[in-house]
Amino acid sequence: MADKLNDGAVTEPSSTVITKTGAWRSQRPVVDNEKCIKCYICIDLCPEGAISALPEKKGVQVDYDYCKGCGICASECPQKAYKMVPEEK
Amino acid sequence: MKMPRKTVMEGSMAVAEAVKLCRPQVISAYPITPQTHIVEDLSQMVADGELKSEFVNVESEFAAASVVLGASATGARAYTATTSQGLFLMYEVLWNMAGSRYPINLTCANRAVSAPINIWNDQQDSVSIRDAGWIQLYCEDAQETHDFQPIAFKVAENPKVRLPIMTMMDGYVLTHTYEPVEIMDQELVDSYLPPYKPVVRLDTAHPVTLGAFAQPNTYHEIRYMLNRALMGSKSVIASAFKEFNETFGRDYSPFMEEYRAEDADVLVLSLGSVCGTIKDAVDELRNEGQKVGLVKLTMHRPLPKAELRKALDRASVVAVVEKDISLGQEGIVATDVKSAFAGHDGPAVLSYVAGLGGRDVPVRDVRRVFSEAAAWKGKKAPDDPFWLALNTGIIPEVR
Amino acid sequence: MTQTTPKATTPKAPAGKPKTLKEGYIPPKERLFAPGHRGCAGCGELLAARLVIEAAGPNTIIANNTGCLEVTTTPYPESSWGVPWIHSLFENAAAVASGIEAALIAQGRKEGTNIIAQGGDGSTVDIGLGLISGMMERGHDILYVCYDNEAYMNTGIQRSGATPFCAATTTSPAGKSSFGNMRPKKPMPEIMAAHGIPYSATASAAYPRDLQKKVKKALSIKGPKYIHVHVPCPTGWYTDSVDTIKVGRLAVETGLFPLYEIENGVVTNVMKPKKRLPVEDYLKTQARFKHLFSKEGGAEVVRQIQAIADKNAQRLGLDPK
Repeated sequence: MADKLNDGAVTEPSSTVITKTGAWRSQRPVVDNEKCIKCYICIDLCPEGAISALPEKKGVQVDYDYCKGCGICASECPQKAYKMVPEEK
Repeated sequence: MKMPRKTVMEGSMAVAEAVKLCRPQVISAYPITPQTHIVEDLSQMVADGELKSEFVNVESEFAAASVVLGASATGARAYTATTSQGLFLMYEVLWNMAGSRYPINLTCANRAVSAPINIWNDQQDSVSIRDAGWIQLYCEDAQETHDFQPIAFKVAENPKVRLPIMTMMDGYVLTHTYEPVEIMDQELVDSYLPPYKPVVRLDTAHPVTLGAFAQPNTYHEIRYMLNRALMGSKSVIASAFKEFNETFGRDYSPFMEEYRAEDADVLVLSLGSVCGTIKDAVDELRNEGQKVGLVKLTMHRPLPKAELRKALDRASVVAVVEKDISLGQEGIVATDVKSAFAGHDGPAVLSYVAGLGGRDVPVRDVRRVFSEAAAWKGKKAPDDPFWLALNTGIIPEVR
Repeated sequence: MTQTTPKATTPKAPAGKPKTLKEGYIPPKERLFAPGHRGCAGCGELLAARLVIEAAGPNTIIANNTGCLEVTTTPYPESSWGVPWIHSLFENAAAVASGIEAALIAQGRKEGTNIIAQGGDGSTVDIGLGLISGMMERGHDILYVCYDNEAYMNTGIQRSGATPFCAATTTSPAGKSSFGNMRPKKPMPEIMAAHGIPYSATASAAYPRDLQKKVKKALSIKGPKYIHVHVPCPTGWYTDSVDTIKVGRLAVETGLFPLYEIENGVVTNVMKPKKRLPVEDYLKTQARFKHLFSKEGGAEVVRQIQAIADKNAQRLGLDPK
């Protein structure tokens, strides 16, 4: 959080990263990369941009710092490679 | 040494010539009487290649203001002009510009406000914007409207200020009449007013986010900083006027001008072109042995309270003659003058609402103000304002 | 494979610098649209906004109207935007963008810079319409993107000119004597095309690659462009966040929100659904239409909505011959 204000309240780019919206979740997506066909539909459809490709086409990974648990990835995956799992306390 | 070019020209052209010399990069405006000649003149200059500027014709004043806001945020020197209804259509944007600290220069050709619709001069439009965080300067004649343009840009763009600035000229009275004006020399203007160097701008090389959503934990302080900058601009304004005198040899007092006021017992305070008439009335009365004078207020925002006290304290009575009223109260500038004396001993301050909707204010009416005001020495000023030269014959009784 | 819940870890950035998330992990601080924004889980609008700026790339300046998109991405002192971005007022992004373009031209640095003006349906089809019209008429090289969730969502789900026929909103609620909003959607893509602009198109958050293709295509055209993106809103349409894409897809497949382009006044690239579905399939998914299935006379209204879809199909040739 910026300590002092500046004239005109100018804001630094890409600074929402300090807010870990992963804390909002009540369920989280867990992917089975053996089922993943690397269509990357889930990457396209995540409103947070929390899913990215693993190197060497090994599948995908979820950034749980930001995933809000909306379930779109699990719902849209053509291979049903995701399971939505209740968030542990 | 180059001979200064002095020529008789329309007040609107004096403004356009000055704006051209300031090298604005983006101009956007919408037609409205009596500002239109200014932007027509600028359009012609652009069309003739005399002025290298992006001139954006828009569909409303709201758009014009938004266009110059976007341009200023991108780091360009931006200019617009309007009046009355147009200024009010810009209302939202004007507050947004000040709050976001964009140094736009706007010329307001003071005109009466609807309803009823009236296209002639009074100052209701600009004084009604006084709260928005803009620096506001009033011009008495065409030379001032010309000279104040580089001063306006220079003050607004100063990194310690970063506020939009409005210069006022009385509609028709100054926009459509012809006076001799000494045109500034381009080289001198360039030395006085270098290119705009924004503190921050929209630039893909250095991305920033402008136009924050500030919550209760920061909005209060952000507005405090805005007010602090506006109050702090006084010293920058004073320096800009001083430097103007050093560059161009015309000495303007930045906050107010005192005319034969040193030993005045009754003072009139006023703004804009009517001050020319008031000076004539002062001269007549002085010849008749009366100790009267004028304080012409140039800067209305930020309000120069200490300087007002100093200039007006010598008098027993001050009549504030202005072409506006805060309906349900009194003349707006009169209220401000009274506030400067709140808690201090000072003169009786009378509020005179004059010349609304282009009603002429001749010397004879100004003389009447001086003689009426004198009767209020040592008395408490009334709550209600005086309406100068009210034609009671056409006003029906209250039923 | 057993379902163990992985620990909450931050992925590692790979050695080579991926340009898109489909190439690999990009540290959030380096994103053009960073996570951490306050959008609802499953928000179609923020999804579309991310897709748009990622398609446009870093050489883009955005002017954004007030709305969900602006408020959730820029709570001071944070911002999701990795490109230069400006918010002024509710309705003036188009005029602000016009000023940005004029300034860049005056400064000699317009070349290679995309300018996008964007806003929700309220700020686009209603309060900002005049300014967008002016921008289109003047021919600025700007892309306007409308994120249409069919109501004033940021202020709590009020009716806009884009609210579809008989949808319930808080200012056009269904009630004893009302079926909700009794006016059809304002035909914004056509209004924009009528200005003579080179490109006007519809898109949907449910069709992300089509949306990105259209953004890239639009930005390759010089002049004023318009893309109208349908963005389901779980909060305002009363759906589950998990169904955002499913609902968006049904809007397209029923012909209620057809996908097409208008290039220089001619309709092109109409997406024809494999089999056009009845509008009930779409309406039944959202509680903002639930009164159509519970109120007396609802069936007739559904027929009228079907007629809207049929008219779209006829006008655009959605059905196979």
